[in-house]
Amino acid sequence: MSKISIKKMDLYYTDFHALKNINMEIQANEITAFIGPSGCGKSTLLKSLNRMNDLVEGCRISGDILLDDEDIYDNDYDVNLLRKRVGMVFQSPNPFPMSIYDNIAYGPRTHGIKSKAKLDEIVEKSLRGGAIWDEIKDDLKKNALRVSGGQQQRICIARALAVDPEVLLMDEPTSALDPISTAKIEDLVQELKKKYTIVMVTHNMQQATRVSDKTAFFLTGEVIEFGNTEAMFSMPQDKRTEDYITGRFG
Amino acid sequence: MKKNSLEGFMKGIFILSALMSVISIVLIMYFIFAGGLPFIFEYGLKNFLLGTQWKPSNIPASYGILPMILGSIYVTIGATAIGVPIGILTATFLAKFCNDKLYKYLKPAINLMSGIPSIVYGFFGLTVIVPIMREFFGGTGMSIATASILLGIMILPTVIGMSEASIRAVPATYYEGSIALGATHERSVMKVILPAAKSGVLSSVILGIGRAIGETMAVILVAGNQPRMPKGLFKGVRTMTTNIVMEMAYAADQHREALIATAAVLFIFILIINTVFLIVKRRGEN
Repeated sequence: MSKISIKKMDLYYTDFHALKNINMEIQANEITAFIGPSGCGKSTLLKSLNRMNDLVEGCRISGDILLDDEDIYDNDYDVNLLRKRVGMVFQSPNPFPMSIYDNIAYGPRTHGIKSKAKLDEIVEKSLRGGAIWDEIKDDLKKNALRVSGGQQQRICIARALAVDPEVLLMDEPTSALDPISTAKIEDLVQELKKKYTIVMVTHNMQQATRVSDKTAFFLTGEVIEFGNTEAMFSMPQDKRTEDYITGRFG
Repeated sequence: MKKNSLEGFMKGIFILSALMSVISIVLIMYFIFAGGLPFIFEYGLKNFLLGTQWKPSNIPASYGILPMILGSIYVTIGATAIGVPIGILTATFLAKFCNDKLYKYLKPAINLMSGIPSIVYGFFGLTVIVPIMREFFGGTGMSIATASILLGIMILPTVIGMSEASIRAVPATYYEGSIALGATHERSVMKVILPAAKSGVLSSVILGIGRAIGETMAVILVAGNQPRMPKGLFKGVRTMTTNIVMEMAYAADQHREALIATAAVLFIFILIINTVFLIVKRRGEN
């Protein structure tokens, strides 16, 4: 059974038809990469998976997105619970302007955990999960904005892990980072897939080949091709995919 | 050549305009301190600031302004206690909860508040708040509490305007980060956005304090103006500003100098408040 299944999904921003008839099965404990040129709808689809699109005025969705066979756009579906289960890491690191500890503890506190001992435990576990514990364990009181961009992004990953999600959405998580930080995050993502289902938007095709199991290629709101990363990059089925991954446009 | 001389002339006009405000503040400082300092040296700084008796018509006269300093501080604290929480919550509501339709009416109404002359506020206080206070707490109804309530209302537009701007200036990514963790809109606003805007909010509070401590015409109508050590929340009080206004018209010689010296003390209070404001603002920018 797939973790997330998207069925006949269309998305409109007021009159603009941003996603057209999307059908996709996302498997648990795999990394699925979304690639494609800017404005092709890959981030839009990503944001539909935890309903961040609800914040966009005029956004309308038809079709189904199922998480463990439950329709997340159902009227009775608890959107806050959805976002706890489906965590998100953003394009540029966005730690809150508070201490590293409070950043990580924010999510668990939101979901009702008050015990200091329990929070301490979650903070350590999450920062270890984000592969940053060893670097900052003595600076937990430090403002999270005062560490490097790469560290901030790993703090944001740790923050997402702290609410114990099942799926992790990553929207170009390394585009604002230097190569060394990028490598660290790519290694980390490989590690994370053992426990989580990961969906990652990336502009960088090398990154998609390096980290992902499945790749979806988007063009003007449609999924042109979706399949095993290795197969797609070595033998694209569609001419447009081939043109894109060989660098003829985009 | 002709163009250059015109540009030079215009440049001079601009510089002169820019200097006008600086020149004014320097002149004001000069006259206040030149008028007030000799008296303070003559009477003694300690006697002046810490003296508890203000009796200009006694022989020998006593010019202790501690009652007025405390009066100013008390009504300012009172105004802050009332105006700041209401102001910050209003700003939060306007920036994050209010729908466009309501905002269209609320925002101009709040802006209008800052345009109302203070004497009008004073009159409102005298005819509305004072009788209510008299009813509930006895006495004349003119007191620290009454002045605090009125000043609390008067500092609202200052606190709201600047707080709202700084709440709106918080990057949307903080909000999204919080929402993405499963937090509600309310929690995201109160626990992430508002704390992120705290230096701007604090600046607005300090500006509000500056406005409250300097307010005169409204306070004079509702504070009672007794030049004695403050006796209680529901007893009359006199502030530094009202002290100057009440007596300046007829004061002469040393009495007049004592009032100018009062203005100098008030000026120093304002300087301190502004310095704190700048420090807070600068710290927020870093």
